This record gives sequence, structure tokens and C-alpha cells, in this order.
Amino acid sequence: MDCNELNVTLNAYVDGELDALTTARIESHLQSCASCQRRLREQMDVRAAIKTATPYFKAPANLRNRIHAELHKEAKTRWLDYLNTWRWPSMGAALSSVVLFGASLVLVLSMPSADELVAREVVSGHVRSLMAEHLTDIRSTDQHTVKPWFIGQLDFSPPVHDLATQGFALAGGRLDYVNNRQVAALVYHYRKHVINLFIWPAGKETTSNPNEREWQGYAAYEWTQAGMQFWAVSDINTTDLRQFARLLRFSAIAPPPQ
Amino acid sequence: MAKNNHNELARFEHCVLPHLDAAFNLARWLVGNDHDAQDLAQESCMRALKYFAGFHGSDARAWLLTIVRNTTFTWLRQHRMQELTMTIEDDYFDAAAASSEIVGLSPSNPETQLSQQADADQLRQAIEQLPVEFREVMVLRELEDLPYKQIAAITGVPVGTVMSRLARARKRLQQILTSGATAPENTAHGL
Ligand SMILES: [Zn+2]
Repeated sequence: MDCNELNVTLNAYVDGELDALTTARIESHLQSCASCQRRLREQMDVRAAIKTATPYFKAPANLRNRIHAELHKEAKTRWLDYLNTWRWPSMGAALSSVVLFGASLVLVLSMPSADELVAREVVSGHVRSLMAEHLTDIRSTDQHTVKPWFIGQLDFSPPVHDLATQGFALAGGRLDYVNNRQVAALVYHYRKHVINLFIWPAGKETTSNPNEREWQGYAAYEWTQAGMQFWAVSDINTTDLRQFARLLRFSAIAPPPQ
Repeated sequence: MAKNNHNELARFEHCVLPHLDAAFNLARWLVGNDHDAQDLAQESCMRALKYFAGFHGSDARAWLLTIVRNTTFTWLRQHRMQELTMTIEDDYFDAAAASSEIVGLSPSNPETQLSQQADADQLRQAIEQLPVEFREVMVLRELEDLPYKQIAAITGVPVGTVMSRLARARKRLQQILTSGATAPENTAHGL
């Protein structure tokens, strides 16, 4: 990988569109090339600026009402058609299939797999941390206070980055237990929500593209980078969680000037 | 046929309507005003309802956005033909690059960082003035966070085109941020 090749793939890289191998090659080039780091930083800045400058236009209430009115009109027509065509006993079946539909959604979302078990564990870890009000062992918004705290508590040193300027404020850290081992849990605040970031040393794969899952209303986002396994969990929407993960990935490579 | 009808309505309400914001947002960015965007979002939803029986995919948002996109482009073709025919990509971007180069003639510090206080209004204006094909990929990527593959499916172009449109649009916006250049005068009338 040279600077030119990196330049061509930079957009796709920041968009998370590259395979694990190319991603790894880019990241190893980035580690040692100051000018490409600067290019990445500029790319991140322009994207942040675009994000702030592009409002998301939410559907106005009267549009929602208009559409619901149309749907009710349609429902009435179809309901009358239905009553005219079908006998009463089949009505119960029709109603219960609506209920069944809801139930099948839950099943699809909770389909088990290898990573799924870890996903459930981190989601439980997240919920536990909120319910027991045991969010942090070390409470600090300063990454330089939180990072050293883990020394001596764990056999590895988790990377700690505060993203307060991007809206994700570091609140502290604690020890947790996931995947049969002690892990670092970093706590971030985003708007009124809490994000738990679980970190432990990765297995064989040292870098991989992110995966996301939803379970019981929580979003979990997983990736490996520089030999560490990361799981971010929260009740915020997946788009925001994805953004959080992306920012973390980039601050690991090209930390913003302090 | 009547058997599944009201069942289908419930399913529609459950899987498609949650994406009404996305539908309105895309239409709003493509046409530039609330009034037309509302009409187009409503028309798209009604069209989606009509074809819903044939939808068996898992991604209702992408499916609805495809309908919004097509409905809106049909509308643009009827009402603002010039907007679609005037956006010859290369002309726009060549003119844009030329105007930035002129601004760039005054020797600027190569270390210039993007200003944190980049004028958001100016940038938003620049996005609004991007040719519509570029605006749609920007909205789908930056606001809906969709992968290239889905953007390609929604807009009906190859993945490579999505990638290059995104790269060029961002590059253009970056030039505006660093140089303070505005959209080129000579193509502004066509946008
Ligand atoms: Zn380089």
C-alpha cells in the first residue's frame, strides 16, 4: 500500500466498505505515514462538517396524519370487502396472524450464533451496569486518568479515547466479566443515554470489519482493531452507535490534536 | 385476495410506516421544499401500499426509499426537466474545480486546517446546489448511513458510480470548506 493507493481507497475505507485485508493494509500504512494521517483527519473533518450542515428532515405531523387517514380509509374499504367475502370464524385466525407476525420478528432478531452468545453477554453486562447502578469503578472524564487506572487491574491495557467534542463524553471505566474473562468496560454518555464499551484482547483475528446486532431493544456493535476486541452496547439507535464506533476507530489511528 | 387485505395493512403499518421520516427526508433533500416533499412522500407511501403484497424482502426502509426516489425523479422530470438535463456531472465539477483553483491562487498555508467554525449555512447551501444525482447519494450515505450496495440498488447505478459520486461530492465540499469558494456561477442557473 502506498500513498496513492490509499488516496484512492480512503473514501471507501472511512465508509467501512473495504474487506478486512485491505482495511488492515490501510491501517498499517496509516500508522507510519504522517501525510496520510493528515489526509484521514481532513476527511473526518469534512465529514463532521457535512453531518452538522445536513439536517435530517423529520416527517411533519400533518403528513403522518394524512397518511394514517388514507390507511384508515383503505382499511375500511378492505374490511367491508372482507366481511362480505368471508365467514366469521376466519376472523379470529386473521387477527391472530397479526400477533404471530409480531412474535416472529422477535424470533428472527434472536437467532442464535457463536457471536450471538457474546452479544447477549455484553447486552446483559450493559443492562446490569445500569440496574445495579454500578456503572463505574473509576469515575472520570479524563482519558489520562481512566487509562492508567486499568494498569494492575487487567493483564492488558485498553485504549481510552474521550470523544466529548464529538458528543460522546467519557464518564469513566470499570471491570466487568464477559466471554469467560475479565474485560475493561468504558462508559460514555451520549445525549441522555449510556454507552458501554467492552474491550479485551482479540483472538486470532487482529483486525476485522464491524458487525452489528440488535437484541432486546439494544444495539451492539462489534469490531477488532490492533489486536483488541471491542463491543459497544447502548439503547441509542444503530446509526449513532455506528458513528461512535467509527470515531473510536479513527481516534485510535489518527488522534485529534489535544 | 380479500383474505389477506387487512392483515396486510397491519403489516404495512408495522414495517413500512416507521420509515416515513426517511421517506420524507429523501424527498425533501431532492426537491428542496416541504410542500412538494410532503406530497411526494404521501404519494410514495400510497404507491408502496399498492405494491406491498409483492414485497417479501427484509429491508423495508431501502424498499420504501427506492419508491420515493423513483416517484421523485418522475416528478422532477415532469416539473423541473431543466434540473435533470442541466446537471452534466463533468461540466459542474470541472467548473467547480476551476473556480476553486482561482481562489487558491493566493498562496495559502498548506497546513491550513479545516476551520472548526466552517460556515454550516454555506456548506448546506453547497450541498443543496450539488447536482441531484450527487445529492441523493450524499443523503443516503450521510443521513441514512446505507452501504454502497444498497445505495446502488436504490439509485439504480453501479456501486463504482456511487463510490465516485460520493468521493467527488465530498471533495467539492472540502474545497468549499478550505477555500471559502461558492458554487460556480456559470452552472448555478441550472441547479
Ligand atoms: Zn501515505
